[in-house]
Amino acid sequence: MIKFTLDGKEFEVTKGTTILEVARGAGIKIPTLCYHEEMSPYGSCRLCLVEVIKRGWPSIQPACLYPAQEGIEVMTDSERVRKNRKILLELYLARSPDSEAIRELAREYGVRDTRFKLKETSNCILCGLCVRACEEISGRRAISFAHRGSKRAIQTPFGELAELCVGCKACAYVCPTRAIEIEEAD
Amino acid sequence: MTPLRRIAQATEIMKPEDITTMQKLSIDDLEKITQKVRKRTLLSEGAGRAKVTVHMGTCGIAAGAGKVLTALEDAFKKNDVKGVILTTSGCAGMCCREPMITVELKGEAPVHYVGLSEENALQIFAEHVLEGKLVEEFALGVGHERFLGESVRVGAAAARSEEAEDVPDLLDVGFFGHQTLVALKNRGMIDPEEIDEYIARGGYRALAKALTQMTPEDIVNQVTISGLRGRGGGGFPTGRKWASAAKATGRPKYIICNADEGDPGAYMDRSIIESDPHSVIEGMLLSGLGVGSIEGYVYIRAEYPLATSILRTAIRQAREYGLLGDNIFGTDFCFDLFIKQGAGAFVCGESSALRASIEGLPGEPTSKYDHATDKGLWEKPTVLNNVETFANVPIIIDKGGEWYASMGTETSKGTKVFSLVGNINNTGLIEVEMGTTLREIIYDIGGGIPNGKKFKAVQTGGPSGGCIPAEKLDMPVDFEQLKEAGSIMGSGGMIVMDEGTCVVNVAKYFIEFCNDESCGKCISCRDGSAALLNILERICDGKGQEEDIELMKDLCGTITDASLCGLGTSLANPVLSTLMYFGDEYIAHIRDKKCPAKICKPLFQYKVITDNCKKCGLCFTNCPSDAIIWKKKEVAEIIQEKCVKCGICVEVCKFGAVE
Repeated sequence: MIKFTLDGKEFEVTKGTTILEVARGAGIKIPTLCYHEEMSPYGSCRLCLVEVIKRGWPSIQPACLYPAQEGIEVMTDSERVRKNRKILLELYLARSPDSEAIRELAREYGVRDTRFKLKETSNCILCGLCVRACEEISGRRAISFAHRGSKRAIQTPFGELAELCVGCKACAYVCPTRAIEIEEAD
Repeated sequence: MTPLRRIAQATEIMKPEDITTMQKLSIDDLEKITQKVRKRTLLSEGAGRAKVTVHMGTCGIAAGAGKVLTALEDAFKKNDVKGVILTTSGCAGMCCREPMITVELKGEAPVHYVGLSEENALQIFAEHVLEGKLVEEFALGVGHERFLGESVRVGAAAARSEEAEDVPDLLDVGFFGHQTLVALKNRGMIDPEEIDEYIARGGYRALAKALTQMTPEDIVNQVTISGLRGRGGGGFPTGRKWASAAKATGRPKYIICNADEGDPGAYMDRSIIESDPHSVIEGMLLSGLGVGSIEGYVYIRAEYPLATSILRTAIRQAREYGLLGDNIFGTDFCFDLFIKQGAGAFVCGESSALRASIEGLPGEPTSKYDHATDKGLWEKPTVLNNVETFANVPIIIDKGGEWYASMGTETSKGTKVFSLVGNINNTGLIEVEMGTTLREIIYDIGGGIPNGKKFKAVQTGGPSGGCIPAEKLDMPVDFEQLKEAGSIMGSGGMIVMDEGTCVVNVAKYFIEFCNDESCGKCISCRDGSAALLNILERICDGKGQEEDIELMKDLCGTITDASLCGLGTSLANPVLSTLMYFGDEYIAHIRDKKCPAKICKPLFQYKVITDNCKKCGLCFTNCPSDAIIWKKKEVAEIIQEKCVKCGICVEVCKFGAVE
């Protein structure tokens, strides 16, 4: 068993339990976009970041991936966490200005407008939940990430109609920003 | 079948028949090979009366060394010369003065010629090689570089021909005189595609010593004592890394050499592999012996075709001698090495992305909360070190950790290889003792800034590093000092900038690079760098606002805090360091809408100074965009709407009438 503090309270958990799992169990709210409890954590949305003090050294870590460790002190709502979260939400607003889900989340954390500008906007936040749903839930691999940097996108192999796709719609179901539309073919 | 042969067969890298035909070397054979090679290559041992070495690194070839070599080969054939050796080696260091050749006559010190055309090389062949007369015009220096801390001067008249008197000793040539070669100890001296030449210069002796006189713990201990720190940029103590991997219980263990060098302006690893590949292989073998691994990988970027081919040859030759494979030197130590080529992603130099790439997964960093020395490649204990780190190991084992630790500063021992590029006279690959000042590197070795311009800043550590200004020139270079100055050691790229460089533009360049090379996983790195680039572009376009500075600082903070891997957490450094040292230049762009270095085109105009104009029309004839109106006997005038701000009018005007 591992003992550590989370927002000032002592917790004792089994090895391998993540900070996010402990926090959710204890009713502590940590925002996430790329996390789904039925799928493996990925750590791309960065919204779940928490401040961890380990052996006196503070650092920022993603709660969905960071495993509880003996003697660490975790803060889910420190000033540093709040500041970073706000900037991230501003980036999300710049990326997906038309997404109701993003606007609502931003409002919840006190962000009404963004100071940043991106050349291209999209409702897809590249959280990768659809890719993981396709692989882990449906057992297919019809979509994956393609390209890198700002050109990164979710694609079927070579951008063509994916033969592996069985039309289960799991990808659209898990998408947090409703960026996937399903078209019925004839 | 041994595990090693199974691996070899499964990966089809070695064919089974290659393995059975191996002629295994014993330790005594090293001495025999050495004697044989010395007789063949050393003039003092009767190899011939003269030796010509053409330096054929990628830099040399790009400058035309291939043509020089062909011209010399033809001349050799035509003249049917006897007793003269024509050979090649890797880069000799002074990339700005390539093609270079070295000519040595029996009983005389070697003469280093630089900046040669085919005709120059033929002249040197005719006068120096055939007639024994040194060609002063192209000679840079006579003698040897400083190897392993020892300087050998060519003092005695016997070692110098009469004509050589006006040519300085190589140690008195600034570029070479301030260097100390350790990792680059064989540069320019051996043919990288001849394992025998490496052996003849003491190669594989450290491995022989380790196998016969040392325990694995001794090897790790010596590396620990040497104080060697990771040369890829992190600066983690190599000995400590090896000790944890040695202690790890998982099997098998892996040794990986990171040769995915991608920083703009950095080419240390490429040069080491191109000039001395066996030093890296021997370093990896020693690491394998020290931590108990039988398998290694060299992850090399595909954009290094020459280095990859040289490394492939080196691995093949080492296998043929049984220096890689089963029962090395007849002992029960087995180790083999495989090449994995990168596919062009900068981020694959990051340890977790590199491991993913070797495993066949997309090169994307992952969060690892276990040490790679416990769970690395395929979740097995892994030692990942950089090319230069491994290249330092054989000499450490050979001469002992304390010898290595006697060089350098309190916290950073030994030497460091840097690639010196940018606005500097002597572009090239250098190796200096840790603690050498930036001034010594830039002025004594680099020969200062070209065209009489002033030094402005030096970017160390590539895109993750920072800009260091002139007031820090006397700072001794080591891991801690660079960090304190807001930069990092990185893998060793040094980009020198003169007063004509706009730091905002430089920061923009690096952010653009990182935005392009970000894997795109974390929003903070992917969209954060895009947003940062957007602000910088705005400032360079003269549309910056006062609050942009605070905005950039906020954004940089989050990019650094919230990103997963080293690329993301350090990509803001060029912006933060230029804001720290050159904040007024940002202000000039934003408040005064001026680019002090006159680089950001929207922020300045060219004007004709009427009083200076001699009405010659040179500017008019040379303007590529028809932006100048001029008639005979009339003062020229620039139409701003048409001007592309190329600056040609300023260059051609003989009277300083355009500003």
